[in-house]
Amino acid sequence: MKSRTIKVDYLARVEGEGALSVKIKGQQVMDAKLTIFEPPRFFEAFLRGRKFNEVPDITARICGICPIAYQMSACHAIEDACGVKITGPIRDLRRLIYCGEWIESHALHIYLLHAPDFLGYEDAIRMAKDHPDAVKRGLRLKKAGNEIVRLLGGREIHPINVRVGGFYKVPDKKDLLPLAEELKWARDAALETVRWVATFAFPEFDRDYEFVCLRHPDEYPFNEGRLVSSKGLDIAVREYDQHFVEEHVSHSNALQSRLKERNSYFVGPQARYNLNFDKLSPVAQEAARSAGLGPVCRNPFQSIIVRSVEMLYACDEALRIIDRYEMPDTPAVNVEPRVSTGYGCTEAPRGICYHRYRLDDRGLILDAKIVPPTSQNLKTIEGDLWQFVQAHLVIQKDKLQWQCEQAVRNYDPCISCATHFLKLHIERE
Amino acid sequence: MTAGQSSIVVIGVGNEYCSDDGAGIAVARRLRVLFPTGVTVLEESGEGAALIETWKGATWVMLVDAARSGAPPGTIHRLDALAAPVPTGFFHYSTHAFSVAEAVELARFLDQLPAHLIVYGIEGENFSAGVELSSAVKQAVDAVVESAAIEVRAVILPKANS
Repeated sequence: MKSRTIKVDYLARVEGEGALSVKIKGQQVMDAKLTIFEPPRFFEAFLRGRKFNEVPDITARICGICPIAYQMSACHAIEDACGVKITGPIRDLRRLIYCGEWIESHALHIYLLHAPDFLGYEDAIRMAKDHPDAVKRGLRLKKAGNEIVRLLGGREIHPINVRVGGFYKVPDKKDLLPLAEELKWARDAALETVRWVATFAFPEFDRDYEFVCLRHPDEYPFNEGRLVSSKGLDIAVREYDQHFVEEHVSHSNALQSRLKERNSYFVGPQARYNLNFDKLSPVAQEAARSAGLGPVCRNPFQSIIVRSVEMLYACDEALRIIDRYEMPDTPAVNVEPRVSTGYGCTEAPRGICYHRYRLDDRGLILDAKIVPPTSQNLKTIEGDLWQFVQAHLVIQKDKLQWQCEQAVRNYDPCISCATHFLKLHIERE
Repeated sequence: MTAGQSSIVVIGVGNEYCSDDGAGIAVARRLRVLFPTGVTVLEESGEGAALIETWKGATWVMLVDAARSGAPPGTIHRLDALAAPVPTGFFHYSTHAFSVAEAVELARFLDQLPAHLIVYGIEGENFSAGVELSSAVKQAVDAVVESAAIEVRAVILPKANS
């Protein structure tokens, strides 16, 4: 029987390093694997013995694209351990800085990493030749997001102004006004982005996914909420470890997560959208409908539309926060350590980012657990590849390989974070 | 380029916590001491889209990054980005899919390259977590600081005298 392999030894346009391999025997897919070969980074181990207030700055180093997610999950987990809850303008500023991270991360992925797949270009550089205005729009959108992170975080890469309890320094209302001007342009550009990506051609694809994300009674989720799923999960963040498990698999340096009861699950923009459509702002809901999306979108190839809708929402939400912002009296609330375990989970651009810390009486970290979004999607990505290749065995190898890479990029995988990612290898026997 | 920035910009690219990946940052910090005025010295992670922003409005730009082209550790590459494309895969180590070479080439298509763009690459050996440069890379950093300083001085001096 004839067998073959689709193999991409170094996957481009994903964050970090990894490879993808699919084995086909006759007319049957035998195996689909993501191999991650960035070294594991042992962040959890070197947090032990560090002071509780150092955690946000250390964990921000896990990722250059989504440092805010790590800082926010870390702060919430430590504050949970210490019995502190942040409200008012400081809480609003946390949502605002998260809007900045979503805008910059989503703009980068939509325009520079994912759109070339749909328009038939090897990369954004070649796409820029024919679509210079689109690429310039993407870069300016990304910059609008960066500016929020720069202003609130002190700098755009590995921000330094976030602390347990709040911020080291908070802006005056007038400091935020230049951001608002650019965000008004960004909101229009994000709406244009939704219209642009809605014209792309999408392969038909659907699986029996379990979408998992945060849900909050009053808002589209960034920092807080209960962990819910499309199959009935509804738990507090502190119950995460009772329902989710991380496993080491031999082909990867990243751990793979699964739901103990039901196996693989799907986190990120599509999960948030499907479980929180009612919490999107009217402009974002309307843009989604105009792009042909219902309140639920199950085709992962359409994630680029959902990501664009979220980018629009983030611009809209950032403007709303700036509009009603009043400078707080103090930039942070006092947080005193105590012997306790704290749990935090926030919505990184790629999905939920879970942190757990155990503190001693001096506030030293005894034990840490960090689960990045990409490791939670790895099993789902492998499942997608398995089913996609099985359904498209007749297409030419080059095209199949292209679409497999595209299927991986549907998840905007951040391999750097997950090691704790991609080459494509399709083997046919 | 932001307000107050000189039209002469030196950008060190890399991650100082990934051993030899910090070579570009090390060069930038030494040049900042040598040129307290007249030159804007920046440190960047190497994320490409942000890099394009850093040289907006600048006329003379030098970019220093760790390279992983397969040459022996400590090998110094010097490229004139205006004269020829920067080979992709050259600065491969960055964990960002859109890195230095891609940023330079994208800027070229969008007509956003500065008038002068010199790229120094220092071939690294060890890119694992850590803050120490390997000895071959340390020597290369010294050599790049020396030759980069000569180049920077040559562009500042005519300006200062004019």
